[in-house]
Amino acid sequence: MKSTWSRFLSDYGMVLALLALCSFFSVVTYSEQSLSGEAAASQMSASLLQPAGASPRVLIVTRDQPEDLLFARRLEKELSGGKAVVVASVQGEPKDARAALEKIAGLGGRLDVIACTSASGSWQVFSGIGSSFPALGSPRVVTPRRYKWPIFLKTENLLNIANQIAVIAIVAIGMTFVIITGGIDLSVGSLIALSAVIACWVIRDATSGVAATSLGMIGACVAAIVACAAVGGFSGTMITRFGIPPFIVTLAMMLVGSGSAYLLAKGQSIYQVPDSFVWLGRGADLFGLPNAVVLMLLLYAAAHTLMSRTRLGRYLYAVGGNREAARLSGVPVERVLLFAYVVSAALAGLGGVIMASQLKSGSATYGNMYELYVIAAVVVGGASLSGGEGKILGTLIGAFTIAVIQNGMNLTNVESYTQKVVLGVVILAAVLLDRVRHR
Amino acid sequence: MTHAAQTVASPAPAPLLEMRGIHKSFPGVQALRGVDLTARSGEVLALLGENGAGKSTLMKVLGGAHRADAGEIRIEGLPRALNSPMDSRNARIAVIYQEFNLVPALSAAENVFLGREISRAGFVDQAEERRATSELFQRLGIALDPAMPCRELSTAQQQLVEIAKALAFDARILVMDEPTAALTAHETERLFQIIADLKKAGMGIIYISHRLDEIFRIADSVTIMRDGGHVADRPIGAITKQQMIELIVGRELQSEFPPRDARVGDPRLEAIGLRRGKSVRDVSFAVHRGEILALTGLVGSGRTETVRLLFGADPRDGGEIRLDGRALDIRSPRDAIAAGIGLLTEDRKLQGLVLGRSSLENFSLPNLVGFSKRGFLRLSREREEFGRYAKTLQVKVSGPDQRVGHLSGGNQQKVVLAKWLARQCDVLIFDEPTRGVDVGAKYEIYLLMNQLAAEGKAILMVSSELPEVLGMADRVLVMRGGRIAGEIRDARRATQEQVMKLAFD
Repeated sequence: MKSTWSRFLSDYGMVLALLALCSFFSVVTYSEQSLSGEAAASQMSASLLQPAGASPRVLIVTRDQPEDLLFARRLEKELSGGKAVVVASVQGEPKDARAALEKIAGLGGRLDVIACTSASGSWQVFSGIGSSFPALGSPRVVTPRRYKWPIFLKTENLLNIANQIAVIAIVAIGMTFVIITGGIDLSVGSLIALSAVIACWVIRDATSGVAATSLGMIGACVAAIVACAAVGGFSGTMITRFGIPPFIVTLAMMLVGSGSAYLLAKGQSIYQVPDSFVWLGRGADLFGLPNAVVLMLLLYAAAHTLMSRTRLGRYLYAVGGNREAARLSGVPVERVLLFAYVVSAALAGLGGVIMASQLKSGSATYGNMYELYVIAAVVVGGASLSGGEGKILGTLIGAFTIAVIQNGMNLTNVESYTQKVVLGVVILAAVLLDRVRHR
Repeated sequence: MTHAAQTVASPAPAPLLEMRGIHKSFPGVQALRGVDLTARSGEVLALLGENGAGKSTLMKVLGGAHRADAGEIRIEGLPRALNSPMDSRNARIAVIYQEFNLVPALSAAENVFLGREISRAGFVDQAEERRATSELFQRLGIALDPAMPCRELSTAQQQLVEIAKALAFDARILVMDEPTAALTAHETERLFQIIADLKKAGMGIIYISHRLDEIFRIADSVTIMRDGGHVADRPIGAITKQQMIELIVGRELQSEFPPRDARVGDPRLEAIGLRRGKSVRDVSFAVHRGEILALTGLVGSGRTETVRLLFGADPRDGGEIRLDGRALDIRSPRDAIAAGIGLLTEDRKLQGLVLGRSSLENFSLPNLVGFSKRGFLRLSREREEFGRYAKTLQVKVSGPDQRVGHLSGGNQQKVVLAKWLARQCDVLIFDEPTRGVDVGAKYEIYLLMNQLAAEGKAILMVSSELPEVLGMADRVLVMRGGRIAGEIRDARRATQEQVMKLAFD
């Protein structure tokens, strides 16, 4: 009996490659940086209130940005909770800081500390402050503590990777089903566009546009997904009933889908949607995880259960492995294939809705070339294009491998053209590695 | 004379082919452990052994398809390294595998010269290739159009193309793996004639077969393998069939067929006027409770086509199917399985098994409804059942998760059997149940068929092997040209001649 660990590695060997990539980018992006936001505020207030009983007079100066605002509010709250006196809190540009300093000096106030973020701390206005504003005494300029940590491994970056890949990863679930049955679905990229356009079009024209209700928006999204599923049903029927190769059918549907999206959107971008439409794509309600990522994880859990613990999952593998043997064993081959194509198209529809939500508009240009990234994710994840082999979690790993490479190259300022070359080589290398391992 | 002195001094000429101490292992399996084999010019060497004994692996080493881990290969006394099929061809070795290496879309001539095209000014000289091929066909004494695409040729004809291919590069060693498995009696005769001619021309032939009667007819000596090892070398005159079987299975065996005590009851499965195109024309018969009914005839007589209609694998043009007196509406294998009919297909690799998946998954495929609750699989239950059947049928498998494609032929057949037994079918159709199955496993399969019949199931067996038909069946139906040509009521007392008469008319 093989140990669970070694079986896991043989099933999901790409995990090692993914970890290696993560370590590489962690090392490369290792650099000095400072705390920011609320974490920085907590750390700073604690140090300013030392020794116990200290009561410094503090001016808070930050830029006028959401993260800085969080910092300023939290710091003000925590300092006021101690014995410190917050003289003022300024958000803006250096001239605003100067104005505030002049005002405090004019009123004859004294300052012990100027609390800054790492950005505002380097403003010229604070250098030589003792001589320019003698009235203030000699305030210290305090910035958040600096530390060394890979940019790649910062929480925001990791969440960013997950959010960036969510659409591809979700569409890749359906593609995995299709590829396991020995087929291929080239239409998913176009269906992403079609779905995004339909969703936004319904919101604009059938509900009240910018003033649409949640229910209206949900209805529009469901309509978009159902429309895509219908396209998948059509492809599946062509493939099972008429025996047309999946490559040809879905190639045709790719053109039909893309063209329809352009026709429907009249070649323009549809942006008359409510602000709240971005909830799915940009919101983050659960432990700070983006909603799209939560949805992705739920879908992966469901798909993994389907593949490993249900009859339908077994049938998908059997149909892909040997269609005739499956048929002669009583597997409803046509229904199984139809399921795969409908799910693939419906998930492409969901991907389109998420993308529309992320970008707060719908356009026929979305999803361009996505079918190739999605297929790449599935293949890097270990599925065989000849069918009968592949794992859902492998696909998730494959999608993340692609996302990590893209993200890592962005962080290390690799040109986008070079990125394409590297990505192509990596996909080939991943599949090669898999082949060699299974020799 | 110096010349004569040299001749006298030189040792006996080295054999055409010597393989010494060949080792080969695959992940988790030691397939060959030090096998020796000697083949001589102008002789047929029969290579015998159970499925999984390592015969095919040894021949793949010879063909350059597998590389031996250790061992030595000498051709006429000189060591040769056979690291690729090209090396083997250069050593003038031709291997005809069970699955032929022919490109279906190319013509016979193009296949014969595949990889060694005759060219003129950089273009393939088709006329010359066809001329040369038809010369080879003449040498083999066969009438075949060299321009015919291989996919339109019968199995026997494809085999002849393979032999022509070997002759075309002047092979001295010819390996044939189960060449008669898919041939009719007539075609087998012709093949034997060709083998005799090749022998006379000085070729060394290595012949793999499970049909021991054949071996006695054509072989000059036998080499027997068991469990990847070498067991014995004997001249054909120094061994009996009984001894051969004992050496193959490694234990004493009483009889080829188990004793059978048939208790035949009411009709279970009835076919009434089944029709499909030209292959099945108005076929009617009934299989009874507790009966083993054999359906035989030449290849192409409509046997397999008939059982495929019963199972819903092909649509029928007309006819009725009844089970225990009630009419069934069978339109697909799903319907047939639901009604309690199971079919063990003649070609387990193409139709019976999903080779890339595990033994467990293959076993479960028709049984998943029973192994699941509201669509979710009960994995432990499934494993238990697999374990139970694997133990009963003595399937040699490293575990439920072993790929079924990695099992030997006999064990693959047992997995197919297990999957239908677990389905608890009332009617079991066995299409060539022992094809490519070794002697020991054959006996076990026969025992099981008897046991199933005794449980009241109805068994319909399609077989080309007459000893099996007469040894196992209670009643025999012989087909010819899509019709039932005749019936033999007491199979035990019938002779092969009676059956052949009906089959040939």
